[in-house]
Amino acid sequence: MIAVELRGVRKSFGTQRVLDDIDLSVPAGSVFALLGPNGAGKTTVVNILATLVAPDSGTASVGGYDVRTARDSAKGVLSLTGQSVAVDEVLTGSENLIMVSRLWGLSRRESRLRARALLEQFDLADAARRQVKTYSGGMRRRLDLALSLIRRPEVLFLDEPTTGLDTRSRRSLWAQIRDLRSAGTTIFLTTQYLEEAEQLADRVAVLAGGRIVADGTPAELKSQVGEDVVEIRSADDELLGAVATDGSVDGLHRAITQLAEVAQPDATVSLRSPSLEDVFLSLTGPALQQKEVQS
Amino acid sequence: MTALSPRRRVAVGVSELTFIERSLRRSVRNVDALLMAIMLPVLVMFLFTFVFGGSIDPSGNYVNYVVPGIILLCAGFGASSTAVDVAGDMTTGIIDRFRSLPIPATAVLTGHVVASLLRNLVATGVVVVVALAVGFRPTGGPGDWLAAISVVALYILAITYLFAAIGLASSSPEAASGYGFILLFLPYLSSAFVEVSTLPSWLQPIAQYQPVTPTIEAIRSLLMGTSMGNNAVIAVGWCVLILVIAATWGAWLFRRKAGHR
Ligand SMILES: Nc1ncnc2c1ncn2[C@@H]1O[C@H](COP(=O)(O)OP(=O)(O)OP(=O)(O)O)[C@@H](O)[C@H]1O
Ligand SMILES: [Mg+2]
Repeated sequence: MIAVELRGVRKSFGTQRVLDDIDLSVPAGSVFALLGPNGAGKTTVVNILATLVAPDSGTASVGGYDVRTARDSAKGVLSLTGQSVAVDEVLTGSENLIMVSRLWGLSRRESRLRARALLEQFDLADAARRQVKTYSGGMRRRLDLALSLIRRPEVLFLDEPTTGLDTRSRRSLWAQIRDLRSAGTTIFLTTQYLEEAEQLADRVAVLAGGRIVADGTPAELKSQVGEDVVEIRSADDELLGAVATDGSVDGLHRAITQLAEVAQPDATVSLRSPSLEDVFLSLTGPALQQKEVQS
Repeated sequence: MTALSPRRRVAVGVSELTFIERSLRRSVRNVDALLMAIMLPVLVMFLFTFVFGGSIDPSGNYVNYVVPGIILLCAGFGASSTAVDVAGDMTTGIIDRFRSLPIPATAVLTGHVVASLLRNLVATGVVVVVALAVGFRPTGGPGDWLAAISVVALYILAITYLFAAIGLASSSPEAASGYGFILLFLPYLSSAFVEVSTLPSWLQPIAQYQPVTPTIEAIRSLLMGTSMGNNAVIAVGWCVLILVIAATWGAWLFRRKAGHR
């Protein structure tokens, strides 16, 4: 079953075309990561799916419900943690959670219980009775995430969920995302951290220039870059250059020759498998070094 | 869209109640604004009864004249923070969370409006109690009081709606608080502090034909037994007109800013 689908979606703001014919589909129960440089339109995609922004043309559906013609049904199955934290600063953490629980239709008693459980789960129990304006950035973000998990949604949208979280909170969120996935929730996330996509995502797509320029499993995308990456680093471990190769002896030869141009006297060369970062940079960055090697 | 939408899980009225509760909590926590909404009218009353009162009306009866005006000053002042609250919600991103929930997002505005109504009625009550303590001696019976409270409530509702719309139109809470002050001048250009006939002639039509004067005169008539004329009708007419305009403008702004863009 398909949980999230975009067909021929276009969106412009004024004269600026942000999305140009986007097609995506995410199978139910999987984790999908949308990558892309700043301003690529990731948040716009999420907002279209979360029914906040209308596409200019094309169709979008969540849980089988069209976000335009069955908007209320779509809202009923999705939950959103937007890029900017959306909490009430004047209320306490606990009051925020109770408020949103009530809005989801839970009774007062259920709301209190749910709030307590989520505060515990997101490591906020000690701050439950404090006004949110006294919270640190990471605490706000955790509360924001908790507010999206009042009920286990069918589809959860997370727009850069771990920005501003420390390593421990990030790991804990990753664990929770995996738990939600095994409970059947489809997760659609955007991130700037490629390690995050690598760790979590069943499938990854890269958005650049208003189009989807790559779409596949992390392994598929990495194999597009090449078999191996040859890296050259200076004595103080600064990356001087990296070239993808096809794994053949000739390829490696060519790579080394090319890297010799940037080499410094005591630079070292190493061979590693490609990462999603290489994929990302090769698709969105200016330096398409592996193309030169292959041509 | 609404006609085809399936039955909502959330019972009718629960989202409105939840938002009213939220706005009331915020009001109570915003001690500065709450104190100002009560303190400022009380101070203005002291100023006019004790400092200027003697020269305006040497008989010492000025307090009975000025209190109805102070009541409206208080109502307008307390309602202006609605603009700040609404602008805050619209610009902080929390509106997007509410809009992504299966509830009518306009309920958040209902919350602010109802909370403002209750907040201002309480503040007005405090002002009246203080007025009684400094010599305000109304002559109206219980029925007159009830009618006066209804007029005050209608006025607060109209002004609150207007400030809610101003909040929607503002680019930030700071901007919203700026617009608020413009509207607070109206009571000073009315019959609140002196009779219209004593104003400079060029100012008299402005004072006569603005909504605050008939509203004050209606309250004055109900509480102090001055002649009513058609002030009540004009006052209610003004309030309803303001309500309709503010609600239409607000609905249009809300659709534009928080609709399905
Ligand atoms: N409401 C809007 N009005 C006008 N332009 C907008 C609006 N929303 C987004 N844009 C523009 O659309 C483009 C894509 O924005 P979007 O927020 O979707 O990017 P993003 O991929 O999420 O970026 P980031 O990684 O920085 O979060 C940007 O150029 C932005 O300026
Ligand atoms: Mg974004």
